[in-house]
Amino acid sequence: MLPFAGWEMPIQYEGIVAEHRAVRESVGVFDISHMGELVVSGQESEAALNRVLTNDLAVLAVGEGQYSLMLNEGGGVIDDLIVYRIAENRFFLVVNASKIQEDVEWLRKRLPAGVSVEDESATFGALAVQGPEAVSLWQKLEPSKPLPPRNGVFEYADRLILCRTGYTGEDGFELFSSTAAIGDWFDRFIAAGAKPCGLGARDTLRLEKGFPLNGADLDLDHTPLEAGLGFFVKLEKSPGFIGQESLLEQKSAGLSVRLAAIAMTGKAPPPRHGYEVRDEEGEELLGVLTSGSMSPELGLGIGMAYLPIEKAKTGTALSVMVRERPFSARVVKKPFV
Amino acid sequence: MNVPDHLRYSDSHEWIDPSDPSAVSMGISDHAQAELTDVVYLELPEIGRVVAKGEAIAVIESVKAANDIYAPIGGEVVEVNEALAEAPEPVNEDPYGGGWMIKIKASDSGEFESLHDAGSYREQIS
Repeated sequence: MLPFAGWEMPIQYEGIVAEHRAVRESVGVFDISHMGELVVSGQESEAALNRVLTNDLAVLAVGEGQYSLMLNEGGGVIDDLIVYRIAENRFFLVVNASKIQEDVEWLRKRLPAGVSVEDESATFGALAVQGPEAVSLWQKLEPSKPLPPRNGVFEYADRLILCRTGYTGEDGFELFSSTAAIGDWFDRFIAAGAKPCGLGARDTLRLEKGFPLNGADLDLDHTPLEAGLGFFVKLEKSPGFIGQESLLEQKSAGLSVRLAAIAMTGKAPPPRHGYEVRDEEGEELLGVLTSGSMSPELGLGIGMAYLPIEKAKTGTALSVMVRERPFSARVVKKPFV
Repeated sequence: MNVPDHLRYSDSHEWIDPSDPSAVSMGISDHAQAELTDVVYLELPEIGRVVAKGEAIAVIESVKAANDIYAPIGGEVVEVNEALAEAPEPVNEDPYGGGWMIKIKASDSGEFESLHDAGSYREQIS
């Protein structure tokens, strides 16, 4: 078990590779009760949230969700999250466990009176059921409760919320329910054939798809443009959002670094968070891995690092330092898989 | 867990075969490989390296993490299982056979006695 944001989290049950494969090939279930759930509501909630989030909430109909980011004035990432519109003036935000307090304080300070921010994290448990067989598994268990379409959300009685989202790159859904009920749901999914999966597989699955992890690949020192998340940043949005001016300046000046996807080129130890990335000769320090792992699907080490823009081009030869020895790597296209 | 009777075991889950003190095979136990799961990389020592009992002698990496492997006895490295550097799967599949890692010429066979016998190691991991 690994202490994670105040939770004891299993890294693995049977093993990371077996769990990873189950999600790619059939279905796995993750306990993600550590995630934060916030409810923002009120007459002006759409406009108010739109000023603190980078994506455009105005395009969301009731029942739809989107990935978005919350930035500080300098354009640094406070948190990345998914926001769902569960009613015209009511939004459900799923945020990172380690950022719940910070997010709530940030939102309460910046949203006008009349828009309320409720932290429901302690009352919701959550599971992610992921993989090509996730949807059929649900239909077998609960035929009377349809799943929403991709990125969507359906709210049912007894505080049951189903979201067609995930962090693995596979089809699947996330289930939110009262903490008292979540254990039974977990057992039902396992009994129906889902493999229990831990934090280890969650990390390898998301990394193969190039999805960033806040606190590792995202932080206050880097903007979403540098992280390659420009698609989720609506720079033309008016009125604007916190951090927009900094991003516009950065865009017109040109990026100096970019989060590059890096793959080892041969037999090498798995690259890991914190390892140095140097030039091809293993001499000049270019950056540090923000994430790294062996890719179970590729059988190759993969990782990400902020690199000077001229070194972040696909195909650039690099080396990753492992125990003071350079191993060959190169910049590749995201996703890895 | 498989704990063969003819081997000896360290607290840190390495095994040795004490039958030939001039070339003592070592690896990691079935228990250790099961805890690590999915070994993906092994870094073995140079032949000729002299190690003390308890010194880090190799690095084993699973998908999860990198871990040191410690010399259960002191001596000189006389052979390494090069095949594992290319394909480490035998460490998981056959930890006491194809998963052997290193042979050490023991500097003091009296050190064997300081290691667990199979019965005592079974107690440690139970």
